[in-house]
Amino acid sequence: MFDFSIVTNWLNDALNGAMPSWLATTLECVIVAVALLLAYSLLAMFYIMYERWVCGWIQCRRGPIRVGPWGSLQIFADVFKILTKEIITLWHTDKFLFFLAPFLVVIASVMTFACLPWGKGMQVVDFNIGVFFIIAVSSIGVLGILLAGWSSNSKYTLIGAMRSGAQMISYELSVGISVLTMVCLAGTMSITGIVEAQADGWFLFKGHLPAIVAFIIYIVAANAENNRGPFDLPEAEHELTAGYHTEYSGIHYGLFYLAEYLNLFVVSGIAALLFLGGWMPLHISGWDGFNAVMDYIPSLVWFLGKAFFMTFVFMWIRWSFPRVRIDQMLALEWRYLMPMGLVNLVVMAVVVTNGWHF
Amino acid sequence: MDTSIFGIQSTTLAVTAALTAVVLVVGALVIAWLVGPRGYTKKKGEPYECGIPTRGDSMAQFHVGYYLFAILFLMFDVETVFLFPWATICRTLGNQALLAVGTFLVILVLGLAYAWKKGALRWK
Repeated sequence: MFDFSIVTNWLNDALNGAMPSWLATTLECVIVAVALLLAYSLLAMFYIMYERWVCGWIQCRRGPIRVGPWGSLQIFADVFKILTKEIITLWHTDKFLFFLAPFLVVIASVMTFACLPWGKGMQVVDFNIGVFFIIAVSSIGVLGILLAGWSSNSKYTLIGAMRSGAQMISYELSVGISVLTMVCLAGTMSITGIVEAQADGWFLFKGHLPAIVAFIIYIVAANAENNRGPFDLPEAEHELTAGYHTEYSGIHYGLFYLAEYLNLFVVSGIAALLFLGGWMPLHISGWDGFNAVMDYIPSLVWFLGKAFFMTFVFMWIRWSFPRVRIDQMLALEWRYLMPMGLVNLVVMAVVVTNGWHF
Repeated sequence: MDTSIFGIQSTTLAVTAALTAVVLVVGALVIAWLVGPRGYTKKKGEPYECGIPTRGDSMAQFHVGYYLFAILFLMFDVETVFLFPWATICRTLGNQALLAVGTFLVILVLGLAYAWKKGALRWK
């Protein structure tokens, strides 16, 4: 399997040979930033189209078909349209907080995005407390949403932001507990470590029943944390027009939209990382020929394939279930998911301590 | 040392990612400001509330129910933070640590049960 660190090491040596090391480091940071920016915006555009295609398919419609082949150029038209719109700031808004909010939301999503393992040796930020860092940074997004709702000085945005805040902090617990369960199984918090621990079998298959329960809890909680699917109360169109970003216009609104779709990719990527083996190919012990063939598929394809599959699951849920009420949503988290998650954690700890996992 | 891609420190790269986000937002806003139309009318600055004039200030006091959930969240979030170090090495710590963590969890769940019984989890 191709190791991308060969490329980065070669580039690192070439740059360090040609210029002083501080300049080389700066240049490398710039390369990383450009790569992140490109990947971020291209993926967001792809995801918006992906959602529209899946949505059309599930609802027996044709979806976007007019602009370009299968409507694939529609998104460029949308981006240009939204970029050329006027940015309106209202009276009586808190101007500073109003402009700060999109920054916080986008920063949270780019920083979590940078932690994902794209392939062998293809990971930007690799802390030894990787998943913990992801959970910590992703909660900055809640702050941005609350600020957006509060500073807009409109009742719809305020209600939307409050609902969103309550929902996101509640479901963050379940996400945290299911991540904790998987850390228990992996024995490490580093993302590279978690991926390497799955070389002989993905955690979903290795971890007995508790891993499967944690996977289901993670899917439900991640859906809610992204304000998607049956849990899209913060932007319930019939009640709140658009929720916390009602008063944002043009690209200001576009940035919230961008971060929302990238967060969808991030949660799918984390699901792929924790349960489906990150960039590890599918290996079945004993089937050596099959394993060798699987090793030929590049790790980038494996990771993106798993992430896109998980995204498909999230979209499937979103377009199949009706919206829940806020009391039902909070009851689901606090009375069912959270106690279930805690019991599941203890079961996983017992399984791991006694070595009963595969 | 905790290094990542190119052998640069992870902290530097995390800061780079944050700066990238700032560049993205500023870039998008500047482009929109340059190419977008700009005009001022009195109606444009009003908040969108179904076309009816807004009554009162919108930055108002809010439902206390959200506050209760925030407090509960704080309790369990701190608990999760405490559990992470144990979870990382629970394989080697064995049954004794499991018992200690189990006791810790039971105490916390008693707190949740108390809140449940008091009706803090019921949306009013």
